[in-house]
Amino acid sequence: MRNFRKILYVWLEERVPLQDIGHFFAKKRVPQHLHTLWYYLGGITLFLFCIQVVTGILLLLYYRPTAEGAFESVQFIMTQVRFGWLIRSIHSWCANLLILSAFVHMFSAFLMKAYRKPRELTWITGFFLLVLAMGFGFSGYLLPWNELAFFATRVGTDIAGVIPFAGKFLLTFLRGGDDVTGATLTRFFGFHVAVLPVLAMTFLALHLILIQIQGMSVPPSIEKSPKRKPDMPFFPNFVLRDIIGWLLALFLLTAMASLFPWELGRKADPFASAPVGIKPEWYFMFMFQTLKYIPSKILFLEGEVVGIFAFGLGAFLGLLIPFLDRRSARGEKSRLFTAIGIAVIAYIVVFTLLAVFVKAT
Amino acid sequence: MRRFSFIVAMILLTAAFCFGVDTCVECHSQLSEKRVSAPVSGMREDVHGRLGLSCADCHGGDRTVGMKEADPSLAMNPAKGFLGVPKPAQVPRFCARCHASLEYMRKYNPTIPTDQYSQYLTSVHGQRNQKGDSKVATCVSCHGVHSIRPSTDTRSPVYHANVPQTCGKCHSDPEYMKGYGLPTDQLAQYKEGVHGELLLQKGDNPAPACNNCHGNHGAFPPGVSSISHACGQCHAKSSENFDQSPHRDAFAMLGLPQCAACHSNHKILRPTDDFLGLGKDAICSNCHDAQSKGGRAALAMRRLIENAKVKIGIADAVVTRAEKVGREVSDARFDITEAENSLVEARSMVHAFNTAKLQEVTTKGEVVCDQAIKLARAAMVDLTYKREMLGIFALIVLVTAIALYLKIRQIEERQKAKG
Repeated sequence: MRNFRKILYVWLEERVPLQDIGHFFAKKRVPQHLHTLWYYLGGITLFLFCIQVVTGILLLLYYRPTAEGAFESVQFIMTQVRFGWLIRSIHSWCANLLILSAFVHMFSAFLMKAYRKPRELTWITGFFLLVLAMGFGFSGYLLPWNELAFFATRVGTDIAGVIPFAGKFLLTFLRGGDDVTGATLTRFFGFHVAVLPVLAMTFLALHLILIQIQGMSVPPSIEKSPKRKPDMPFFPNFVLRDIIGWLLALFLLTAMASLFPWELGRKADPFASAPVGIKPEWYFMFMFQTLKYIPSKILFLEGEVVGIFAFGLGAFLGLLIPFLDRRSARGEKSRLFTAIGIAVIAYIVVFTLLAVFVKAT
Repeated sequence: MRRFSFIVAMILLTAAFCFGVDTCVECHSQLSEKRVSAPVSGMREDVHGRLGLSCADCHGGDRTVGMKEADPSLAMNPAKGFLGVPKPAQVPRFCARCHASLEYMRKYNPTIPTDQYSQYLTSVHGQRNQKGDSKVATCVSCHGVHSIRPSTDTRSPVYHANVPQTCGKCHSDPEYMKGYGLPTDQLAQYKEGVHGELLLQKGDNPAPACNNCHGNHGAFPPGVSSISHACGQCHAKSSENFDQSPHRDAFAMLGLPQCAACHSNHKILRPTDDFLGLGKDAICSNCHDAQSKGGRAALAMRRLIENAKVKIGIADAVVTRAEKVGREVSDARFDITEAENSLVEARSMVHAFNTAKLQEVTTKGEVVCDQAIKLARAAMVDLTYKREMLGIFALIVLVTAIALYLKIRQIEERQKAKG
């Protein structure tokens, strides 16, 4: 057996620089400090993404992306397929935990100024990954073709429709027609299982390669501190800790799926009136709630248009943060951007809570 | 003016003769007096005109002469069968010349009824018409004249949904109806009732109009003892149950008009379960009090109906809950539909006024409700078991994480010791 392993190793070594890779990981070290805990969020997000890929492929074996069959196929998965209920419940819960974990990962990176030179591209790829994750969430939400998802998608795509000039095109492109129909479902399915995965895999690969090349970022306040703890070895210390993070994520995921099994709801009826209290998924709620508070007219502009433009601009500035925060780039303290980060977190949390707890009028 | 009309008529008659066309149509269509020209324009839409019939086919006369002679009186010659405009008393017979003849009518429609005239003679309208009452309805009062459309045409005054308004044209006019001793609020009442609401507001065409209860050509108010048969045309089961009920003979003895005694005649309100029992809106309490046998029966029947509703509500809630979490409970849902059908049957059975019979029906519904609840609960138990197993797995994961943490500490202590 040992002989066989040796032969295999030698065979591979002749083709792949295994020794160099091994050497790289043996030598690789991870900074240790007060905020090391936040490093694990990236690993947890990646772990949850892997779960999504596996459970998504399993769901794909039975799911039918048509208005006539989607709801019934998900019901079939949940009732007739062995462990189908578990796969579906895990996939739905994991989607939410993944986005939560990605948000926390992004904001921790923001507050630790991990985006500063030379990690601008890591930030940009990560930013796109978060947007893609939200795209996964939006497209996946409609797929069970239930009442809530149907009307939430109608509201969501309606919002896209008010964008000046491109709105009408965008609305038709998203819906595959004037209204949310079976054509929208097929289209969202295409985005969810083909377009978005290809983009996500590309950005994920870039993101991971950049991290391996550049290593973990240390916050500027700690970087130059003389009392800094020595770095810990990547293997086994950091990897084992990372696995603890994955196990805790798995625990949370299974506990949620057990305590609050993901419901199927009622089949969508396009001719029925919209039920009361239609809300999007929680990660869109802060935007949804903001649009509710914006007056219908701001000067001569439509309030909703101004709101959407502001979100677009906010996202664009978020993407360009590494180039806007010049102080961090020079390795100096950047209190303004820390304050901006905290304000944005507070805004998202407060508006999400408002959307959840304030009753629809 | 008359002289001008005459000259025009002469020119047209000459032209019609030259081209071989219908002289009645050609001449009348050009006359300036609307009274004589309107029939021609109306005939373009008229079912008779569309089938190729012309003025002379009903009014007689000769549509081919009068041209050369430049004399309209030759075409409208009584000697050639010209009848002119029939008087109201003559109208039914006028139409019946063709419409009562199957030999003639089958040329146009082999399934058309030809008994309208004989029916009309038995109707209140027909009887009064025979006695010389020129105000009562004749064929043209309802079907129109010279622009008669088939009753399947939505523009026809006798199209099903237009019938109430057509009857109401005379029957809702107090001035016109003066002297007949009849109320004139039937149409208003009908509109307030469930039938009027369904037919006129919701466009539900199977809902009855006036003629469904009164008849059309043989229109007659249904007699006190035959009302349930009129209603039973649609409400067959309720009518059948009523005929087996103790109320049938009692109502007959008291001269009460069967169904209409409780539900009224024209203003038939949408029935609710509150009609049953001795409550504020209950109809039973009009005749029965709580101490009477009838009152006690009414209360008992109401209780049975309410219990059936509660049971269906519980079953529906349990099954809906199971459906929402994605359990396969289509059999249970089917049972609930069956229970709802039993409730409909029970509401109809109320008209038999027999508590024991009603209980048989409601029990049938309750049994299927119990079955539905059992199926849905079994599906939920299965889910609970799976959730518990998943919970145990989650705990195992947590324990593994803790064990791994302890292992890391052990490794790091060893690393420290090694320096």
